[in-house]
Amino acid sequence: MQYESQRVALYYFGGALALFVAQVLFGLLAGLVYVAPHFLAETIPFNVLRMIHTNALIVWLLMGFFGAAYYLLPEETENDIHSPKLAIAQFWLFLIGAAAAVIGYLFGIHGGREFLEQPLWIRIAIVVVALMFLYNGTMTLLKGRKTVVANVLMLGLWLAALLFLFALWVPANLSVDKMYWWWIVHLWVEGVWELIMASIMAFMLIRLTGVDREVVEKWLYLIVSLTLFTGILGTGHHYYWIGTPGYWQWVGSIFSVLEVLPFFAMVVFAFYMVWKGGRDHPNKAALLWALGTAVMAFFGAGVWGFMHTLAPVNFYTHGTQITAAHGHLAFYGAYVMLNIAIMTYAMPNLLKRAPYNQVLNMWGFWVTTAAMAFMTFTLTFAGVVQTHLQRVMGMDYMQVQQEIELFYMYRLGAGAVVVIGVLLIVYSLVVPGRRQAAEAPAAE
Amino acid sequence: MAERLTKSAARNVFYGGTIFFFVVFVALVAQSHSYIVTKSSNDDKLTADVKAGKLVWEEHSCINCHTIMGEGAYFAPELSNVWVRYGGREDPEGARQALKAWFESQPTGIPGRRQMPQFNLSEEEMDNLIDFLRWTSKVDTQGWPPNKAG
Repeated sequence: MQYESQRVALYYFGGALALFVAQVLFGLLAGLVYVAPHFLAETIPFNVLRMIHTNALIVWLLMGFFGAAYYLLPEETENDIHSPKLAIAQFWLFLIGAAAAVIGYLFGIHGGREFLEQPLWIRIAIVVVALMFLYNGTMTLLKGRKTVVANVLMLGLWLAALLFLFALWVPANLSVDKMYWWWIVHLWVEGVWELIMASIMAFMLIRLTGVDREVVEKWLYLIVSLTLFTGILGTGHHYYWIGTPGYWQWVGSIFSVLEVLPFFAMVVFAFYMVWKGGRDHPNKAALLWALGTAVMAFFGAGVWGFMHTLAPVNFYTHGTQITAAHGHLAFYGAYVMLNIAIMTYAMPNLLKRAPYNQVLNMWGFWVTTAAMAFMTFTLTFAGVVQTHLQRVMGMDYMQVQQEIELFYMYRLGAGAVVVIGVLLIVYSLVVPGRRQAAEAPAAE
Repeated sequence: MAERLTKSAARNVFYGGTIFFFVVFVALVAQSHSYIVTKSSNDDKLTADVKAGKLVWEEHSCINCHTIMGEGAYFAPELSNVWVRYGGREDPEGARQALKAWFESQPTGIPGRRQMPQFNLSEEEMDNLIDFLRWTSKVDTQGWPPNKAG
């Protein structure tokens, strides 16, 4: 940590970790309802459990991105955050908005577009939060050094905020509604969020490996180019069966297969930089997460996405547990792990702890990642059986669900282990290590 | 990475390419928008009742258990073709009554079975919701879902 104003990131990281725990706890409850369907049925029905699970995820990932941005912008631009006070006010508005939304959900106050269930005034509050950040971040960037890392990060956050404006408009025609809904959902996670991911990765790899910035930044341009060249038209893989024209089956299939490329490039980039750099950075856990996020994003988003993205395959698998499997590993690999990577890198610096609970943190990595992989396998098997019985044989939905109950039991077990892993990660980041005084100071 | 590729060239490729692909995407989406409204979705039959039905659908967040056109949660059956599954094409009045009876009988309380909440919909809300589901079943979705099971 070189700038005092970087410390505002701690608010965001703290808030993000708290919501992370809430997210996995509600996920565990939802997983339990699959196995014991009467559990909570009268008090918190499944739809509410699920919307809290997904909303908490999205909010904490965004909080992590804001925290990452406030951490890395000063170092990249070589000057303090324009207004740390505004950044703190932005945090509290975001947190209070999220809390109000969740409490509202528990009382049945919500909208009905998936992931955008927030009442209108909360969506407007989110826009205000985004504007506060964009003003603060952009001013910081404008008066300082304009590196590629900082530019790409701010571009990603600007575009994410602009695309969110579609959340304010709910078309009456369901097909039109869906088509523009994907402008937020797809163009976020398979578009501009990857810009945020790649730039944070580049920032960490420069610090962790010591490779020359010129090299890293060329890679960064390559990865974000591949991302948007494939990901924008890759939106077409959501336009197969919603009332849109048939040519999307070609456009979507071709471009979304290519969406694997940026994720593969990210793996090559991360490992090549580590090999080339050869720096022995004391924060081993941060490096583990950085490499881990590249690998797991490649499998979760890349391989598991490819598996069901071709239109003739998707015709049968669309909206089955295959989609759930992909969704879980993609979000975990690309965005959860990325956020934990930057927190693992930044929090010891911000808290002036050297090297902190590294071993415990790495245990958290392996426990959580293994359990997420297992969960993904169980959902994939469930999805394959479901696809065959329901989509090929035409068996009734509820009957099929009974046939695949075993997989849901395994999934629940995996979910319980994920919760344990997440608690290990949070503990390792928040609680100081016992040996901290004896260790050498962390390198920036 | 090739030494010949300068950083400013990489930057130009990124911004130029992104703008190109985005323009193509916007053009295709504009065409699709007009296709939905004029061809695939019976936009002219999007009556006040259907619109009100979509609001009922949203107010109770049905999508966080069910899927519609394959999108949503995967906890409960697909509903874009529920009208067809209930025989609405052959006997619209019968399907309507059957769906209403279904809404009213929730939760079933059957042991080991997933429970749908009782939403206490009024007669008008049920009619609107069913109108919305019927309208949705008539959208041309390129033959999806593969069969009645949804």
